[in-house]
Amino acid sequence: METIILFAPLVGALICGFGWKFIGETAAQWVATGLLFLAALLSWIVFFTFDGVTEHITVLRFIESGTLATEWAIRLDRLTAIMLIVITTVSSLVHLYSFGYMDHDPQWKEGEVYKPRFFAYLSFFTFAMLALVTSNNLVQMFFGWEGVGVASYLLIGFYYRKPSANAAAIKAFVVNRVGDFGFSLGIFALFFLTDTIDFDVIFGEASTLAETQVSFLWTEWNAANLVAFLLFIGAMGKSAQLLLHTWLPDAMEGPTPVSALIHAATMVTAGVFLVCRMSPIMEFAPEATAFITVLGATTAFFAATVGLVQTDIKRVIAYSTCSQLGYMFVAAGVGMYSAAMFHLLTHAFFKALLFLGAGSVIHAMHHEQDMTNYGGLRKKIPYTFWAMMIGTLAITGVGIPLTHIGFAGFLSKDAIIESAWGGGSAYGFWLLVVAACFTSFYSWRLIFLTFYGTPRGDKHTHDHAHESPMVMLIPLGVLSLGAIFSGMLWYSNFFGHADQIGKFYGIPMAAEAAAHGDDHAVTDEAGHGEEATEEAQGEETALADAATEDHGEAGEHHAQLGGEPGDGALYFGPDNHVLDNAHAAPIWVKVSPFIAMLLGLAVAYLFYIVNPELPRRLAENQRPLYLFLKNKWYFDEIYDAVFVRPVMGLGKVFWKRGDGSIIDGFLNGVALNIVPFFTRLAGRAQTGYIFTYAFWMVLGIAALVTWMSIGGGN
Amino acid sequence: MIQADLNTILPEIILAVFAMLGLVAAVYTSKDKLAPALVWVTGILMVLLAIWIGAAGGVDKIAFNGMFIDDGFSRFAKIAILLSAACVLVMSQEYMKRRGLLRFEYPLLVALSVVGMMVMVSAGDLMSLYMGLELQSLALYVVASLRRDSAKSTEAGLKYFVLGALSSGLLLYGASLTYGYAGTTLFSGIIQTAIHGEVSVGLLFGLIFLISGLAFKVSAVPFHMWTPDVYEGAPTPVTAFFATAPKVAALGLFARLLHDAFGAAVSDWQQVIALLSVASMFLGSVAAIGQRDIKRLMAYSSITHMGFALMGLAAGTVFGVQAMLIYVAIYITMNVGTFAFILSMERDGQPVTDINALNLYSKREPGRALAMLVLLFSLAGVPPMLGFFGKFYVLRAAYEGGLAWLAVAGVVASVIGAFYYLRIVYYMYFGEEGSELETNRSPVLWVFLMASAVIMLLGVVNMFGVEGAAAAAAATLVN
Repeated sequence: METIILFAPLVGALICGFGWKFIGETAAQWVATGLLFLAALLSWIVFFTFDGVTEHITVLRFIESGTLATEWAIRLDRLTAIMLIVITTVSSLVHLYSFGYMDHDPQWKEGEVYKPRFFAYLSFFTFAMLALVTSNNLVQMFFGWEGVGVASYLLIGFYYRKPSANAAAIKAFVVNRVGDFGFSLGIFALFFLTDTIDFDVIFGEASTLAETQVSFLWTEWNAANLVAFLLFIGAMGKSAQLLLHTWLPDAMEGPTPVSALIHAATMVTAGVFLVCRMSPIMEFAPEATAFITVLGATTAFFAATVGLVQTDIKRVIAYSTCSQLGYMFVAAGVGMYSAAMFHLLTHAFFKALLFLGAGSVIHAMHHEQDMTNYGGLRKKIPYTFWAMMIGTLAITGVGIPLTHIGFAGFLSKDAIIESAWGGGSAYGFWLLVVAACFTSFYSWRLIFLTFYGTPRGDKHTHDHAHESPMVMLIPLGVLSLGAIFSGMLWYSNFFGHADQIGKFYGIPMAAEAAAHGDDHAVTDEAGHGEEATEEAQGEETALADAATEDHGEAGEHHAQLGGEPGDGALYFGPDNHVLDNAHAAPIWVKVSPFIAMLLGLAVAYLFYIVNPELPRRLAENQRPLYLFLKNKWYFDEIYDAVFVRPVMGLGKVFWKRGDGSIIDGFLNGVALNIVPFFTRLAGRAQTGYIFTYAFWMVLGIAALVTWMSIGGGN
Repeated sequence: MIQADLNTILPEIILAVFAMLGLVAAVYTSKDKLAPALVWVTGILMVLLAIWIGAAGGVDKIAFNGMFIDDGFSRFAKIAILLSAACVLVMSQEYMKRRGLLRFEYPLLVALSVVGMMVMVSAGDLMSLYMGLELQSLALYVVASLRRDSAKSTEAGLKYFVLGALSSGLLLYGASLTYGYAGTTLFSGIIQTAIHGEVSVGLLFGLIFLISGLAFKVSAVPFHMWTPDVYEGAPTPVTAFFATAPKVAALGLFARLLHDAFGAAVSDWQQVIALLSVASMFLGSVAAIGQRDIKRLMAYSSITHMGFALMGLAAGTVFGVQAMLIYVAIYITMNVGTFAFILSMERDGQPVTDINALNLYSKREPGRALAMLVLLFSLAGVPPMLGFFGKFYVLRAAYEGGLAWLAVAGVVASVIGAFYYLRIVYYMYFGEEGSELETNRSPVLWVFLMASAVIMLLGVVNMFGVEGAAAAAAATLVN
């Protein structure tokens, strides 16, 4: 079944991409879409029937070269199962949505066939992404990692007649290369240190890595920290974290369904997935995870500030994505991997919803993307409005404080903020709270500018604004359900009591009841796991009872996640008490994101409904700050000056001097001067007279005899 | 004993007797009117002999006290010689007829020269070597000047004859030196001398002269000067013949002499052959660039290709001989196709050999142009055409034989050489509008052109088994 899930999109991509000429355009699209719905259905079945025990499904022998021997296998554990439903669900909905969105695209001339290509790329992307998340070793993962990169490149540059789309595609590819370089260095380092690329073996060696020193760049490093750091550089590129984030906003040049699928719900979360997948290593790398936390929090804050002032509807959502990814990294950085995955799941639903909603708006407005030209669209496109409203309620985190009732984002984001507090990162906590306020502001600003107020911009466009067809509305509806309920449904699995999380992820319990004493965790590591498993089985019922009683209670903890690295889908070190600390957070911590949300909502309401003149005046008063934000902290300009220009200059030198003068010059010299010279010489020797010919023969024999007398014969 | 000996050389005898009978028959009957039939009969006989030799194979036989050797190597070479000669004969029939050149001597002289070649590749003694060589050469001198009323053709024949006489002299001088120092003319005796004692300087000098004489036959630099003039002057079918069967024979003889008689002195002749090889490759490539006449161009092309074939020989190993055989088999196949094309080039019924005439040929004859493109790419050694694999084999042989520098030089030379082949392709596809070229619609030529091109493409799969046959042939030669 898992094999079908993995390869169905590939089959779809091949049939759709190469076979549309034989089976027709529409049929090809339906084949691709149908296969993805099949994959999605199977994924949900897998998700609900999965019992938490890691499975390996071998597909084929992959590489055998020296000590590097590995198989192409599907690793099915809870992480994979979560990613499977996220990817296939969003992808199948996006396929369906694209039927409407890509119809009559003004980028293409009449009669040009572009839709099968689009669907084939989407299906290929899905396959690559599935290959990434189902991988059982690092090289397989890298295959998927690069595969999604290629698909992303192709889809960003889908409108290849637009120079800006091509530039954006190249930018995405090049920036990702930087990250990928780090990732591949990480893979090399792991192979160097453990002589394997299989996850199971690597995880088993994790504790050894923590005690190994490795020399890299003339410095001694702790092996676990170095590996974790290098892998995180890869994650930074793919997940558009600060310093390597510049490609994501530009990637909005691609068609909107692409933005929803790749640049919101799935590919950009690959970095988060990577960090969670490598949790056994991360747990042994305190410095690296601290770095992840700080960088994630900074990204969340930075992207939120930039999102405040953007006017392009897709860019606002793009910066919002960037910011939400920062949240996930904070959770992963402080060691609360399940919270990161929780937000990944809910974010996939509500962010895809927002993007597809934005796509619906853009579709209605004839591909106008500037929010300043919207306004008052609530009545024109009511379904889209409600979908966007649900998405906004979800992302801003609306719910009832101190309960577990609320939209998806309310539960997952609060989980992260509490984890940040529980993980002892004050920096992360405060930045995330401020970012939550900003998130609320820009999200409501988007709603108010688009759907409320008076129509602005081209009157003709507004008159012809129309609701999208059903194929676009159905995905919005399905995703809305996800955005409302996914948080409440799975809260306990991701951020509930330790034993619930343990059961969900297949992690054995350490059963470290308070009575067992504190030093229990550090004694006798080897026996610990077995003992823990036995105890867990024995005490399971008791613990479950205890858990229900203490549900949501602060203070004492009765269960502690344990097991050896690699036992479950995630690994929590014995010293990882973030979950308990988070649950034990004071009330003010728990309500702070809600208050921040209300504050953002109030300001947005004031700015865009009560007094629409206010934002412009503020921008004029605080012009430097406004420009700073508007220009995205000048990252693009700085990169342009520091990296792009010097490299372009260097390239020009190599091109003009190295390639043009030296290589071409050498070849031209040989081809145009030296060879013709000899040709003339040979022609002149060919006099046509017999005596010349005979003379040459005699000369030749004399030369050969001389050669033999001097050189040979000894 | 004599019965067994005669049985061994039965194919040669049959062909020789046939040639003499044909001569008598034609003289006493209708003379030149019989020629077309003779061409076909000769061609068919050669194919039948080739099939016979191929099928009979198996046991290695030595006849006439070691003067004549019938082994896998000689059989491989003989089949190649017979088939290529038959192809060229059949191709040339119409061309010769339309230009009044189809005399009855032509097929018979070709048949006699083929007998000479068959003796050459089977020679086990300096005597039989010389006998075969002269029989082949004398027939070829006459064929070269077949167009008696053309000054160019007679000039070509005369030049070839005079220089050929000089090379025969060199060869004979070498043979007598060898005999003087080895005390025997048998290859098996010479190699014994070399094994048992130091290879004396006299013997080496003899070897050098023998090599020089043979280098003339394969037109290796600096003994190549006759080639362009003869190729240009001789009628095109004769040129096609020159470029195929005699090359196989001469290379076969070369390999047999060096391995059977001087196999104990590999390190001595290796450098000489390598020198000839590198000189041929470079001069052939460089000089061809200046040519505007496609026949002269093919002359330089054959010089280059012989350089490559000698590279395999220079390796001095079994694999080297195998590579040489594969190379030469591929080379003659390409040449048959290329000359089938050249034979079809004409304007107002007159043959055209100027490469400018090929301008924009692809517009008029896309099929033929494509076939020619394949052949030219193959000649230049562009993968995945078969020509590339031929080059690959000899380069590998040279490298494994410890002559890495030669392999590198070969690669450089083939890059230079690619220019003039590709220039023809350029003319055919992107040239400027020029004088129109007409195409002879002979189906025979079309079949040979297309078959050759298709072989170049499909041969990639398994080379039609030539690889294994060449390996077996090489194994019988080198011990």
